[in-house]
Amino acid sequence: MAGVTGKDAVLTAYAQKLETLDAPKGRSLTQDAMRRLVRNKAAVLSLFVVGFIVVFAFVGPYLLPWAYDKIDWSAIRKPPNFEAGHYAGTDQNGRDMLARIMQGTQMSLIVALVATMVSVFIGVIYGAVAGYFGGKVDAVMMRFVDIMYALPYILFVIILVVIFGRNPVLLFVGIGCLEWLTMARIVRGQTLSIKEREFVEAAKAGGAKPWTIIIRHIVPNLTGPVVIYATLTIPEIILTESFLSYLGLGVQEPQTSLGTLISFGSPVAETLPWMLIGPAVVLVSLLLCLTYIGDGLRDALDPKDR
Amino acid sequence: MFGYAIRRVLSALPVVLIAVTACFFILRLAPGGPFDGERALPPETLANLRAHYNLDLPLIQQYGIYVGRLLQGDFGPSMVYNDFTVAQMLWIGLPFTLMLGFTAFVVGTVAGLVAGSLSAVNQNKLPDYVLVMLVMVGLVVPNFLMASILQLVFGVYLDWFPAGGWKPGSLQHLVLPVIVLALPHAGRTARLMRGSMIEVLGTNYVRTARSKGLGTRLILARHAIKPALLPVVSYLGPGLSYLLTGSLVVEQVFALPGIGKYFISAALNRDYGLVLGTTILYMLIILAVNLLVDILYAWLDPKVRYD
Amino acid sequence: MKQVLSVEDMSVTFALHESEVHAVREMNFTLAEGETLAVVGESGSGKSQAFLAIMGLLAKNGTAGGRAMMGDINLIGMAPSQLDLYRGKDIAMIFQDPMTSLNPTLKVKTQLGEVLVKHRGFDKQAALKTAIEMLERVGIPEPVKRANAYPHELSGGMRQRVMIAMALLCQPKILIADEPTTALDVTVQAQMLDLFKTLTQDFGTSLVLITHDLGVVAGVADRMMVMYGGRAVEKGRVDDLFYDPRHPYTLGLLHSTPHIAKRAARLDPIQGLPPSLEHLPKGCSFNPRCAFAFDRCLEQRPPLTDAGDGRQKACFYEGPMAYGQVA
Repeated sequence: MAGVTGKDAVLTAYAQKLETLDAPKGRSLTQDAMRRLVRNKAAVLSLFVVGFIVVFAFVGPYLLPWAYDKIDWSAIRKPPNFEAGHYAGTDQNGRDMLARIMQGTQMSLIVALVATMVSVFIGVIYGAVAGYFGGKVDAVMMRFVDIMYALPYILFVIILVVIFGRNPVLLFVGIGCLEWLTMARIVRGQTLSIKEREFVEAAKAGGAKPWTIIIRHIVPNLTGPVVIYATLTIPEIILTESFLSYLGLGVQEPQTSLGTLISFGSPVAETLPWMLIGPAVVLVSLLLCLTYIGDGLRDALDPKDR
Repeated sequence: MFGYAIRRVLSALPVVLIAVTACFFILRLAPGGPFDGERALPPETLANLRAHYNLDLPLIQQYGIYVGRLLQGDFGPSMVYNDFTVAQMLWIGLPFTLMLGFTAFVVGTVAGLVAGSLSAVNQNKLPDYVLVMLVMVGLVVPNFLMASILQLVFGVYLDWFPAGGWKPGSLQHLVLPVIVLALPHAGRTARLMRGSMIEVLGTNYVRTARSKGLGTRLILARHAIKPALLPVVSYLGPGLSYLLTGSLVVEQVFALPGIGKYFISAALNRDYGLVLGTTILYMLIILAVNLLVDILYAWLDPKVRYD
Repeated sequence: MKQVLSVEDMSVTFALHESEVHAVREMNFTLAEGETLAVVGESGSGKSQAFLAIMGLLAKNGTAGGRAMMGDINLIGMAPSQLDLYRGKDIAMIFQDPMTSLNPTLKVKTQLGEVLVKHRGFDKQAALKTAIEMLERVGIPEPVKRANAYPHELSGGMRQRVMIAMALLCQPKILIADEPTTALDVTVQAQMLDLFKTLTQDFGTSLVLITHDLGVVAGVADRMMVMYGGRAVEKGRVDDLFYDPRHPYTLGLLHSTPHIAKRAARLDPIQGLPPSLEHLPKGCSFNPRCAFAFDRCLEQRPPLTDAGDGRQKACFYEGPMAYGQVA
């Protein structure tokens, strides 16, 4: 098998545990996990905060007097001023910071969502194929994943982003390509056990082609773990996006993202602190809450901490 | 064991080759070139330059030349810093990046292991809560933000450490960058270590050890550490690759003379040779570390055999 | 005969989120030198937890009360560092699952030798030599080779022999064996019981054999204690309890054991499930499953009383009990 060192085992042990756990109880894995998640106060609170941030980012702009790219010539580099409607101050170009933070959060969330979908798509197909065909195919495919894990992936993304211009779509896809590896491992582990189940046997006996079996019978049964793992991927992607944006490789002016805002805010943090504090608070609370949700989900699924 | 190492290296080679090939063609197929500066060069000069760097040959031939040279250990010339070869450029930046990266790697790993173990031994007591919170901070505060904060607090307000720049041999200048780089790595390591240590402390064989009256210290040192390290060790390879990535930002924020600075500008300027050279060298370093990690893993887990 | 262990009014309690579970209550027994005591009961009867408590190995949320006197020393409530002076030296324990009870990352010789280094102050060489002798003693072929092996390179039976060797290295006064044969093949089980018998005789060790299998008890134990719902329900000499059980639960256990019940021509399992310790029924805990229960059993809990001939039982029913009548 791929991991001579059993690295795979560490990751897929989680997936296999779900299998053995699920069997005797008769209750669906996802329901069970959800029930336990609801009892986890930190995770529930985090869900509310994330919900609030989403509303803040997508509805907020409609409630503000200033648009994110509108320049107020009378207020350049100004601290928060409620009378003028600049609730979080303005930047060096006289643009309203709160509007920019909202727009930046929006961008970060969209990137995270699209990139997660890309990574789920690649990871699920790759993992399901490796797991379903097994044997040599599996060994080669997972060895490849093993090695890919070790590559300086971010360098590739930087190359991609730089070469093809700062096209947001490419940014999404590039980051998505970065995050599919773990998903592939989880899915492979699940597929290995699903393919032994009766309904797959039945489909095989009925003469269904491998692709049909993978798409019709295996992928739908992966939903629970995939959704959970995707949740764990989102903060990683937000972090990666803000990282690229910070390096100046992200979205382009006048659009912005949380990473871009922080990269503009940090050099002037001493004199114009509101330019750093706002986006930093939003980014950190978003990441913190998503991490708590991810932890909550994992604990809800993990038998050993109960 | 030796044969195993050789096999591992050989199995990684195709991936290196694929990565090199992919990078090479993506770079070349993209619009723009190394000589599209702000001022347009006279056509003759441009043609000469292109000929000098073989850019006028068919792509596939250029690829052949590049790989041929690479196999002899020659990374070719830098096309933007025209007085330097890529190898020279790497030699300027890489030692610093590696020094910074490995220092942070060692500091972060050790700090993470200690914090994780302490957390696990004191599970659900005060030290555990404090450590778990610290780890969370390390995890969710992005390194570029952490860099700015530390710079501002310790560099500007408190003035304990220089806020940036580099003087050869000065440890002072290294403190903040190493902390920023090491924190997320320490956080991830600590989380893994805490989880696996808690699991190990609950196993039957630790109970057996307790029933033998060995005492807490001996149980931790001899019976618990090795198995608890297993999942942590398998994270070290990916961990290092995260960490080297982080060094791109840290070098920029703290104005340090590493390879990261050159890499980004080289990519922006289409300095094909330098971009490829850096990528390849990073890959080789990370693959080498992974190999070491695998060997370490096999030492920790006697069930692994080099078959 | 000299007593090596005397347990008085011992209890074990686990704190759950909002409630407490009493795993063991009012446990009293003595263990004489060289004697073998079998502790019998279904899973959840508290038999393992009682002895884990004596060894100071309860889970973090567990507390033990009462006394367990080994000579002048009370093992219950002792600080772990203090307890470490006796655990492994004077009192040792063997666990149910030999596959997971040995450390997979350490060689067998390390795991054996450390006991001698700790309790006997041996140096490594001497410890290794003694360890190898002990491996030979427990019937492991090629002991030098096995000592250098890792646990996963040994079979289940072999590993349990290693566990036995490990427990006996310091020739303890008391050996507690928690379901030592359950995880092993039937053929190996018999060998293992033989081994227990000879070794404890040779070393003069008192043995506590925790099991749910009366077949195991028959050949090895001198006395037995039957546990149900966290309490002892019948105690006495093995022969007495086998031929003349006085508690319906003991009778039921005998019926459910194949080679003992064969005289009855059919197997008669006890109906129902062991009770949840969180919700013990009112009165006698066994009453929902008992064929002899009458109104008093539903109201009052029968105390453990002397039934003559050194026996004790906790049951109100005094009439005759016959095979086939249970449940």
